[in-house]
Amino acid sequence: MTAETIIQSLASGLLMGLLYGLIAAGLALIFGLMDVVNFAHGEFLMIAMYATFFLFAFFAVDPLLSAPLVAAALFVFGAVVYLLIVRFAVRAKANAGMVQIFSTFGLAIVMRGLAQYFFTPDYRSITHSWLGGKTVSIVGIFLPVPQLFGALTAILAFVALYFFINRTDFGRALEATREDAGAVALVGIDKNRVFALGWGLGAALVGLAGAIMAIFFYVYPDVGASFALIAYVTVALGGFGSVFGAFAGGLIVGLVEASTALILPPSLKSVGIYAVYLLVVFIRPRGLFGSL
Amino acid sequence: MDTDFAQRRRRDLIVAAVFAVIAALVPLFVKDVYVQNIMVLTLMYAALSQSWNILSGYCGQISLGHALYFGLGAYTTALLFTKFGVLPWFGMLGGGLISAVIAMALGYPCFRLRGHYFVIATIVIAETALLLFQNWDWAGAALGIDIPVRGDSWLKFQFARSKLPYFYFALVLACIAWFVTWWLEDSKWGYWWRAVKDNPDAAESLGVVVFNSKMGAAAVSAFLTAIGGSFYAQFVSYIDPESVMGFQFSLLMALPAVLGGIGTLWGPVLGAVILIPLTELTRSFIGGSGRGVDLIVYGTLIVLISLARPEGLVGLFSPRRKETAR
Repeated sequence: MTAETIIQSLASGLLMGLLYGLIAAGLALIFGLMDVVNFAHGEFLMIAMYATFFLFAFFAVDPLLSAPLVAAALFVFGAVVYLLIVRFAVRAKANAGMVQIFSTFGLAIVMRGLAQYFFTPDYRSITHSWLGGKTVSIVGIFLPVPQLFGALTAILAFVALYFFINRTDFGRALEATREDAGAVALVGIDKNRVFALGWGLGAALVGLAGAIMAIFFYVYPDVGASFALIAYVTVALGGFGSVFGAFAGGLIVGLVEASTALILPPSLKSVGIYAVYLLVVFIRPRGLFGSL
Repeated sequence: MDTDFAQRRRRDLIVAAVFAVIAALVPLFVKDVYVQNIMVLTLMYAALSQSWNILSGYCGQISLGHALYFGLGAYTTALLFTKFGVLPWFGMLGGGLISAVIAMALGYPCFRLRGHYFVIATIVIAETALLLFQNWDWAGAALGIDIPVRGDSWLKFQFARSKLPYFYFALVLACIAWFVTWWLEDSKWGYWWRAVKDNPDAAESLGVVVFNSKMGAAAVSAFLTAIGGSFYAQFVSYIDPESVMGFQFSLLMALPAVLGGIGTLWGPVLGAVILIPLTELTRSFIGGSGRGVDLIVYGTLIVLISLARPEGLVGLFSPRRKETAR
């Protein structure tokens, strides 16, 4: 193992980590807003990837152009999921935690079933796109362009999210609703509307990630499942309730995954991520930046 | 407790005995192997879900990694038999004990975690074990282990011709898991667990040793789950990491209890009796023509029941039970 290979794989780990952060951002946002973990988050990613793929396959729209469309579609989808399912799940008087977990889990299973039914279990991929398959060389390190683009998008998304949460009225409404959903009703903020928009925003973020992922990753009905666990670990590592914890969590997960792949066989690369998660929560039971 | 409660417990015991006898008689009339197979699976999931319910339902520590104990039970039995010729009965006991010990060893750091941090830790640990088994050459790696079947034998607990012995063993297992739950419900542990579930801080201040009661629940739950895993290995006579330690198993163990009524005595049984035949039937009748339909049916059911009946389907049968059940 030369220094070059180490730097090379850490660099790709860093890019992947930023993308993991983007995938996890929506999950963290929703949890921070209303203490609900969306167990269908991976399936949100899956439908975003399919949407990107079909826009390409039927209308030859490049993923770069379809990304905003897919994000907008996911925004609507997320808000609808909140209004149809989650709104009722959070009202449950008995077994509140369990109802939350299993109502979104059930949704995940339905979505996976629908994808198998309509799209078949076949693996699909976007064969040619503006960025696909290209690499750039920066001081001797080769970086795949789609991942590089994804990483930059992730950074921009987090910056935008920061300003959005801290500088806009809607962001303030989000924060206020999260602090005290009862009190905001008194000042005329509709709690359900804020939650629905929060779910929409969370889904739009994962939609953006899905559109980029579709450039360089296979699309199939179970694709969400493999990234969902990474997203949960990313959010928990950063600490539930902290959107920027997800950013840090993503970076750590990406770097740990890349370093594990250097030492262990590739099939064991996730073991490193899991081990780091356990290590962190055993020392800090609320994750790195968690407040809850 | 009041006599009402004692009466209910006596009635539960009688009802369970009646159900067990009826179930034992069913194979006399149902000779179809396909149906018998579904009955075996239903009983197995009833037992597994009952075991899961002890830790996750009664004690409130939601585990989505119980496939680990199921897989350990299956692997211990299969490895001891194929590598050292140890009879499955000892393997079963060994697998149970190993799982109980591992559950406590893992519980030691994990029970400090709360809520979603705990749930994710259980998933992550089971996934790690899955990956390690997939890469463990001596244990057959990803290909798994084929248990050689040489004719029918109770000693070796393998039957090539008939499903009936498996059916009766699964029935006994489901009865044991039910009885253990029934017995624990009214024991010191049962009360501790419910206190820990409802409010760990309050329980601690009232003198419940929260940590120890979680450890106890984990050990009992893991032991029984592993016995189920050993049984499954003998039943299918072929195991591989994905089929005994995959995440689906953790979910499949939890679902009957969740749908039937989590933290209740009858919930897992009721859930398994509804869910498992439904899954198997949709899979074989619709599954062939349109892939994924079984998942759609299954998932829709989960969403609807968890929204409409958060206390589970047992609430439909006895409204009075709702108060005591939680």
